Amino acid sequence: MTATAPPRRTPEAGPSSGKSAAGGRLRPRIVERLRQGGLPYLLLLPAILAELLIHIVPMFFGILISFKNLTLFYIHHWNSAPWAGFDNYKAAVKIHQPIGEALLHSFWVTLCYTLLSVALSWLLGTAAAILLQDKFRGRGLIRTLFLVPYALPAYAALITWTFMFQQDTGLVNHVLHDQLHLTSSKSFWLIGDNSFWAMVIVSVWKSWPFAFLALMAGLQNIPRELYEAAAMDGAGVWQQIRKITMPSLRPVNQVIVLVLFLWTFNDFNTPFVMFGQNPPHQADLISIHIYQSSFINWNFGSGSAMSVLLLLFLLVVTAVYLLVTSRGRSENDV
Amino acid sequence: MRSSSTSSRLLAATALVAALGLTLAACGGGSDDDSSGSSGSGKTADANSLKGQTITYWASNQGTSLDADKKTLTTELDKFEASTGIKVKLEVIGWADLLNRILAAATSGQGPDVLNIGNTWSASLQATGALMPWDDAAFQTIGGKDRFAPAAIASAGAAGQDPAAVPLYSMAYGLYYNKKMFADAGIANPPATWDELVADGKKLTTGGHYGIAVEGANGAENIHHIFVLAKQRGASWFDDKGAPTFTGPQQVAAVKQYVDMIAANKIAAKGNAEYVQNQTITDFATGKAAMMMWQTASASIASHGMKPDQYGVVPVPVQTAGATGDAGVTSMVAGINMAIFKDTKHKDAAEAFVKFMTSTDEQKVLNGKYGSIPPVTEAQSDPAFQTPDLKVLAEVLAKSAAPLPQVANESQFENLVGPAVKSLFADAAAGKAVTDDSVKAALTKAQQQMPAS
Repeated sequence: MTATAPPRRTPEAGPSSGKSAAGGRLRPRIVERLRQGGLPYLLLLPAILAELLIHIVPMFFGILISFKNLTLFYIHHWNSAPWAGFDNYKAAVKIHQPIGEALLHSFWVTLCYTLLSVALSWLLGTAAAILLQDKFRGRGLIRTLFLVPYALPAYAALITWTFMFQQDTGLVNHVLHDQLHLTSSKSFWLIGDNSFWAMVIVSVWKSWPFAFLALMAGLQNIPRELYEAAAMDGAGVWQQIRKITMPSLRPVNQVIVLVLFLWTFNDFNTPFVMFGQNPPHQADLISIHIYQSSFINWNFGSGSAMSVLLLLFLLVVTAVYLLVTSRGRSENDV
Repeated sequence: MRSSSTSSRLLAATALVAALGLTLAACGGGSDDDSSGSSGSGKTADANSLKGQTITYWASNQGTSLDADKKTLTTELDKFEASTGIKVKLEVIGWADLLNRILAAATSGQGPDVLNIGNTWSASLQATGALMPWDDAAFQTIGGKDRFAPAAIASAGAAGQDPAAVPLYSMAYGLYYNKKMFADAGIANPPATWDELVADGKKLTTGGHYGIAVEGANGAENIHHIFVLAKQRGASWFDDKGAPTFTGPQQVAAVKQYVDMIAANKIAAKGNAEYVQNQTITDFATGKAAMMMWQTASASIASHGMKPDQYGVVPVPVQTAGATGDAGVTSMVAGINMAIFKDTKHKDAAEAFVKFMTSTDEQKVLNGKYGSIPPVTEAQSDPAFQTPDLKVLAEVLAKSAAPLPQVANESQFENLVGPAVKSLFADAAAGKAVTDDSVKAALTKAQQQMPAS
């Protein structure tokens, strides 16, 4: 096979020989370059193209639209929509005006929802992962059971929760009110104040198996000897968790918390399936708020501006988070 | 060896890129089919020239499921194809997706040729300019405007403009009441005024049973009822220029009267505040509630096992007995319209299809199957529409129904005021007081978020 391969050209034989000659040699040179170092780029090309088409181009148009007054009067000829300058942004951030006030309210609801959901998911995931670290009979079964919420299709699971939360016929009230007599009357979970908590419960139920799965994998990497040595030095379970498990899981935690935060902050499925297009005021998450502005109120300019603000906020949070956690880690490493 | 493997990797990579390119081309190349569409000059096309054309039709969900609709419509479309040679590619789209699909089509210009729209969207979609206006010439191709009930035409677009669509199915609200529960409570006649309804409701609310059921968390239902209640007070939700007028005392009173069914009067179960999946019909059909206000519900009631002789239908009550004009309005004009997408390349074929769907014979078949009322007046005399309930609803449609405000911002009205009423219901269910002030505050907030007209 080697004998049939064309002889390699030296780089010096290239462009210096004039135009006509260069044309003839260009092709072999490109092939040569590709062979030498271009192949990875060529292989990356499909991914880059797909990324451009699926993420970058829509994002670019999203940003463009946020500067336009794109309402229902223009959607058929959307490129003729008048420029709005920063008007859409101004409307979104004027917190004493109705639109800005509603967005700010939605932002706070989303922030509380995200912090609660991430904290509880992480706590449950960590606790379960640590408890299932040691081998015992039925561990595999319990692990599988814990992962069920993660494996279920989101819509099917959320609709089931919605049925369970119904005031009159739902399972939750049946247990809390009819069986355990914990409430004086059947509570509403899908409207009013409780809708926020119903949403948090479902979100935690949905997210914690991910934390559990990732932390379980992380725990496998901690050498048993460390625990044995600590036990010999007289460290109790809590001390082992605090001094060995948690520091060793730090890189895993760093990723889990960030990913859960981003997923939960952008969560659309949970409120949309539970409450429909018009969630209660108390459960007005930002993703559905933006959806309403764009697709229900047909003001795509305003919706896009809100999306860009959301993107900027999440970028800042991510950057600060990575900066702080990485610095902490490198100091620790030193 | 090395060179050979590099070449094969190069080849593989090139093939991958080529494959991706092809895939993208296949995905992106959603251009219209085949045949040369007609020019769309407005002239009646020669039937022969339409033969072999294929048009796309987006139907709304009217029956029990998307599949059931597909079956129903396919039979009719086959008839159309047999008589004209035009093939119709059918897609039945659920209500949750339909408006988004239409918006996407309006934005991209890549849409169906013919589509169904909820008639309350008519003016909003008309404002986008994505639908073909039905001027007199266009109406002539389907037999003229006067074949249709005037109220149905009035709900096909903004006043003073050519309609954006043609009425296809009509519906109206009626008050459904359970005959046995009324007799058991000693009530001889169904209520004709709201005072009577509340009084009857109180008598009927006993032992886990309620006077009436309402779909409290359904924004659209809320809008339909408060529209009627405001209309009966001579008030509208928009002024002549299309600007919102949500906060007037009549509008506040209308909303309060509706919410009071759970709040002050307690004739509806608290749980109704979260009803959004037609639980109202279930409650009525299973005897949990003695009354409900609903559109052409006979098929749904039957699906829960309640027989037609067990219930009666009368017009929704009014404020004072015998009221006429606006005060006598008892229903919005509910229904489905059929529109032609402006960017269609098969305008003549599309018009031929609309002509077929709105023909008297086809109107009888389709409305008969869906339990709705034909907007084509000639078809209404068919025995299929002479059942006691449909006769009442047809009468309502002809005499005491008014179209929802046909203004461009109607969809925002539904989106802002519908949920405001929903949260007032939630307050009532949670035992919080619903007062004129709290209603006004909710409506003020909704109005402030309305875009400038």
